[in-house]
Amino acid sequence: MVDASGSRRADVLVKGEVVGAVEPGLSGGGPGTVVLDAGGCIVAPGLVDLHAHLREPGAEEAETIETGARAAALGGYTAIVAMPNTQPAADSAAVVRQVLDLAKGACCDVRPAGAITVGREGRLLAPMAEMAALGVQIFTDDGNCVEDASVMRRALEYASGLGVVIADHCEEPSLAAAGWMNEGELSSFLGLPGRPAVSEEIMVRRDLALARLTGARLHLLHLSSALALDAVREARADGVAVTAEVAPHHLVLTEEAVRSYDPVFKVNPPLRTTADLVALLAGLVDGTIDAIATDHAPHPPEAKQVAFSEAAPGMVGLETALGIALGELGLPAERVLALMSWQPAAIAGLSSLHGGPVVPGAPANLCVIDPSRRWRVVAAALASRSHNTPFAGREITGKVRHTIFAGEPVVIAEEAQR
Amino acid sequence: MTPRHLLSVADLGLEGIDEVLRLADTFVEVGRRPIPRVPALRGKTVVSVFFEDSTRTRLSFEAAAKRLSADVMTFTGSSSSLNKGESLRDTVLTLEAMGVDAFVVRHSCAGVPAQVAGWLEGARAAGGAGGSGASVVNAGDGAHEHPTQALLDCFTISRERERRFGHSPARPAVLSGLRIAIVGDIRHSRVARSNVIAFSTLGATVTLVAPPTLLPPSLSGWPVEVSQDIDAVVAKSDVVYLLRLQSERMNEQFLPSLREYTATFGLTGERARLLGPSALVMHPGPVRRGIEIAAEVADSPISVITAQVANGVAVRMAVLYLLLGSGAPVGA
Repeated sequence: MVDASGSRRADVLVKGEVVGAVEPGLSGGGPGTVVLDAGGCIVAPGLVDLHAHLREPGAEEAETIETGARAAALGGYTAIVAMPNTQPAADSAAVVRQVLDLAKGACCDVRPAGAITVGREGRLLAPMAEMAALGVQIFTDDGNCVEDASVMRRALEYASGLGVVIADHCEEPSLAAAGWMNEGELSSFLGLPGRPAVSEEIMVRRDLALARLTGARLHLLHLSSALALDAVREARADGVAVTAEVAPHHLVLTEEAVRSYDPVFKVNPPLRTTADLVALLAGLVDGTIDAIATDHAPHPPEAKQVAFSEAAPGMVGLETALGIALGELGLPAERVLALMSWQPAAIAGLSSLHGGPVVPGAPANLCVIDPSRRWRVVAAALASRSHNTPFAGREITGKVRHTIFAGEPVVIAEEAQR
Repeated sequence: MTPRHLLSVADLGLEGIDEVLRLADTFVEVGRRPIPRVPALRGKTVVSVFFEDSTRTRLSFEAAAKRLSADVMTFTGSSSSLNKGESLRDTVLTLEAMGVDAFVVRHSCAGVPAQVAGWLEGARAAGGAGGSGASVVNAGDGAHEHPTQALLDCFTISRERERRFGHSPARPAVLSGLRIAIVGDIRHSRVARSNVIAFSTLGATVTLVAPPTLLPPSLSGWPVEVSQDIDAVVAKSDVVYLLRLQSERMNEQFLPSLREYTATFGLTGERARLLGPSALVMHPGPVRRGIEIAAEVADSPISVITAQVANGVAVRMAVLYLLLGSGAPVGA
């Protein structure tokens, strides 16, 4: 058993929607009790993903809330934050309510994030208070950055009054928009226009300055560059209320993957250099980065089997994130779980339900992880409706065996139960 | 070892380039015959798949294929119309199912010929319908490469120097010791990327001349020198290779004005007088007279722009023959 309070050896009894008992040598439980074998496994609070694109409403051919939540449960998640760049955007109470309705009966807790601006167009503030009243805790125009500094300032100020978090996709559009991969030696060689790392640094530094000015809480999505991390580190030291996430693909893949011209490796922000990857790993170790978040971005084949210029950016990640993090980052399991469970739960305001210590009376949102299970990623076998994984064919060590959501085993022995 | 595809001029290496140039010599001779046609690729089908308009390059390839007695099909379509449904992969596999031996691919995005080759190889490995193992020839992909342009440029330099000045080329590095300047929009140029590789492989020293905005973000690893001083470079170059400047570069803030570009980087009549007695001036076309090159220079004897076009057919015949031919001698 590993949670924020440490690790210990114990059996866990779940009763109804809560943890009933946690002690060694529990037995029985009476007739009708389901016994899940956790031999050789880590039992942990369920994972929390701050960054999943579930595509519903509007692009159900790529993913639905049901399929995305199933993929999440198979990946060990009991809660995921659904990004608002749907069609229509989740920029009103009506769309948020629709997402919440569709999430009923899903394999995990689906928490819609709201858009900062109407239509994610960066001009008019969306009705954040109405959405916050429905439980929305994170607001973002993700996919787009909030380009206008004045709009971003007002958003931060307004959000601070509601106690919610503003999260930004940091790429300065005038520098980044024309590019399709990291800018540098390789993009120059391949003849693909680049998105320079400074476009991220500039927007991160602007956002940090505005967070300092407003005193508001700021969350930085999917940081990808050493330059951006340096900026976060400095601002932290100055007391700015900032949290930051990084995506698994930025931790184990570099721009070298783009040499194939395979659009499965097209993502925003782009895969960067080995030096950036090393800096991100250092940021995980020294605490500059608070969370590993998937940026799960499903796309149907016809959006990826096209020229690199025309391909949709993004890659799926819910089912591979934990294995990549446990098996390939060289971090202790406790640290990985902090980055994927209780720290993101705190950022998303979900600590009372997810990521908390596994003690009697706590909500039974748990995952059981076999850290030594070796498996090969088969794109077509993913539960996500889309198969655009950058890890197809990769051998991964570490997989979720069971997931318990609200007391129900939604994944048993690597199989989804609903 | 002949590669299956020609995606980058680097795929050929020094020996491969030399082989193409030698074959091209033969095909220039074929082109002079009353019936400029050989049966070398009879029964083969070549499809030109052009997602970006380029009538000149397409016709050059199609003429080359026809002179080799191949059957020729043409697919043209803007990439945007494709985007409305069928994926690029579907388009390629559909064409392949019609029985195609070579795809000549042009696209505004870098990497499409490599993707096409990958999809064909994938279909071949899967052993499904088609899976014929067709070849792919890159006819220009975005700002990446234009290998046959580089080959015809190497051929033209070598041949014109021999014809005009009696410089018989050292084989296989036929451009040994030459100083070649490439001037203009290197950043967006597939021609520049292929020519940097080909010229340096064949022994030339390459200097890029452009304002920094029109150079790639990084030149690390490129076998080139860089200069902003066009007058000094022109004076000591054996070949001055001018690139076409697209007007939209002004709107994208790469340059203040065409007039300023011509004044600082254009091969004006005055600047052309700095050229040495055995220098050649080249341009991949289409030429914008008065912008990157003065009309009087383009039309002067030092310009080999027309020879480039003429040699294009023979060089493309050589490439198709090399990739698709049986290896038997070129028939009479």
